[in-house]
Amino acid sequence: MSKTPQTPRPKHWLVRPETIRILWAGGIAVLALTVAAELLASPHPYFGIDGTLGFNAWYGLVTCTAMVIVAKGLGVFLKREDTYHDE
Amino acid sequence: MTNEVLPPGLVLVLAGLVLPFLRGQARSLWLLATPLVALVLVWMVPDGPVLSIGFLDYTVVPLQGDALARLFATIFSFMAFGGALFGLHQSRTVELAAAYVYAGSAVGVAMAGDLLTVFVFWEIMAIGSTLVVWAAGTDTAYRSSMRYLAVHLLGGVILMIGIIAHVGDTGSLGFAAMTPGTVGTWMILAGFLVNAGAPPLSAWLPDAYPEGSPGGTVFLSAFTTKTAVYVLIRGFPGAEILIFVGLYMVFYGIIYALLENDMRRILAYSIVNQVGFMVTGIGIGTEMALNGAAAHAFTHIIYKALLLMSAGSVLYMTGRRKCSDLGGLFQSMPLTTICGAIGALAISSFPLTSGFISKSMINQAAADQHMMIAWFLLTAASAGVFLHAGIKYPWFVFFQKDSGLRPPDPPMNMRIAMVLFAFLCVALGIWPETLYAILPFPVDYVPYTMLHVVQMLQLLLFSGLAFFLLLPMMKRTLTITLDVDWFYRAFGKQVGHALVLFFSGVNREVIGGARHRIADVAAWLFRHYGPQGVMARTWPASSMVLWVLLVLVAYLLVYFV
Repeated sequence: MSKTPQTPRPKHWLVRPETIRILWAGGIAVLALTVAAELLASPHPYFGIDGTLGFNAWYGLVTCTAMVIVAKGLGVFLKREDTYHDE
Repeated sequence: MTNEVLPPGLVLVLAGLVLPFLRGQARSLWLLATPLVALVLVWMVPDGPVLSIGFLDYTVVPLQGDALARLFATIFSFMAFGGALFGLHQSRTVELAAAYVYAGSAVGVAMAGDLLTVFVFWEIMAIGSTLVVWAAGTDTAYRSSMRYLAVHLLGGVILMIGIIAHVGDTGSLGFAAMTPGTVGTWMILAGFLVNAGAPPLSAWLPDAYPEGSPGGTVFLSAFTTKTAVYVLIRGFPGAEILIFVGLYMVFYGIIYALLENDMRRILAYSIVNQVGFMVTGIGIGTEMALNGAAAHAFTHIIYKALLLMSAGSVLYMTGRRKCSDLGGLFQSMPLTTICGAIGALAISSFPLTSGFISKSMINQAAADQHMMIAWFLLTAASAGVFLHAGIKYPWFVFFQKDSGLRPPDPPMNMRIAMVLFAFLCVALGIWPETLYAILPFPVDYVPYTMLHVVQMLQLLLFSGLAFFLLLPMMKRTLTITLDVDWFYRAFGKQVGHALVLFFSGVNREVIGGARHRIADVAAWLFRHYGPQGVMARTWPASSMVLWVLLVLVAYLLVYFV
């Protein structure tokens, strides 16, 4: 958001750098809390690994990263100008 | 009483056909009242066949009730109401009329008791939906609607052949659970899957739906794919192939949506993704899975309509649809942003939203059946939904860079529709028992356990972290991504051009050559027999006498010698 182009209007409070910093800090705290909260729940694994602490956390992070990378890789071959079909 | 129930689907179809004759307040009242009448009628249809008609040697049952039929007919009727409210003063009459015919025929499919009725309403749906796309009035929409129609007519033909073969095998038009094994059942399955947006023809959906008007696309998102889900639940529960088809659709939707720049195309790919969850559930086939698929279709219709209403509002107010042209709209469109965000949370299955209480039943069914690979893939896909629809859509449209655009929220009727649908997304998430009570099978599932909520939050929030960490890789570009439709839009076009060139060559060489030959003969004849030709000259009498004399002399000589 810090790359927002210069506008004559003052920035909305939600997109000011200090707010963004607070949002990042708050977000990371919430992430940590969701992992910690799992300690309060009794595990109920179906396949073993899914019952380990923080499984959903790393699995979400890793699979999302993989999906973005696969999409980028596929994009190399399949992306075209958006006027491609109009020509 | 039983025989006095009007077919609710037919009521909506007729409501659409009458609409063009109404103006002003009467038009608005008609639009908002008739879906509610249809909704009441749906709930008046008792279990079992209501109408039975003898047709040739078969029995046709145009109206039949049970829990599954009522669930889908309910949400289809309600969706007609919601779509009409959203486009009440903005959509063209032809679009709304077509949308009511479309919605009515979807209700007709849901309440059909035999395959012939399914087929008839199936085809009316294809025509109604094509008109909804076409009614957007742009050149692109027209071309896209023709491609859409071609795919759906093809699907209809496949379905018709399947039904004929199946009726030939079984001797009955009855629509009951089938196992893919004969030519007939395989073709019926293929016909159903075309409408579900399954591979290899998934591309019709992101090609056509985003070309509708702001209100038209809201209608389009609801009926075709979900009627396909309905007929698959009824016709092919537990067909194993559907697990593979569904899982493919789930990831296809995510990957293509991640690469997409057009906000409504992102949401269109996400329809394929969400229908993929349902199709997988149908393939798993247990009561829990089928309940999950049916419940997810119900909640999906609401949150997807909400997402497309928010995108439609942005399009209506700004005239822009590319993420690269949008951004920062939360500042002037707060209500649209909040409603869009609620839709995004619901599609991501966030706790306290409708998606949480429906999709998790499908995952639970996979776990219960110890389908490890399916469960891991479905869980990864749940994370992927948050990535492509839950964050990407609202982020690039309402936040990211400031586009400088400051449009206000849309007109009142559009705002009311969005608030109503946002309310439903949250209400169903908080009170799931309302939906669970009308599912086809008794529900033995508690979505809100501490463990489930915590695990879901972990999965989704860490997916969110992945999105922001990978944001530089998500930069929007002015591109599209090639799909199977390349074969009929680009390759097919080139083949067509090549064939035209080839046959024009053939025409030139063969036909042209023959024409020259005929012309030569004609010229020769003309030369000899034409007005100036040798054979047409006038001969002087003296030369005639000379020739006669010569002939006589020749005769005498021959005679005497």
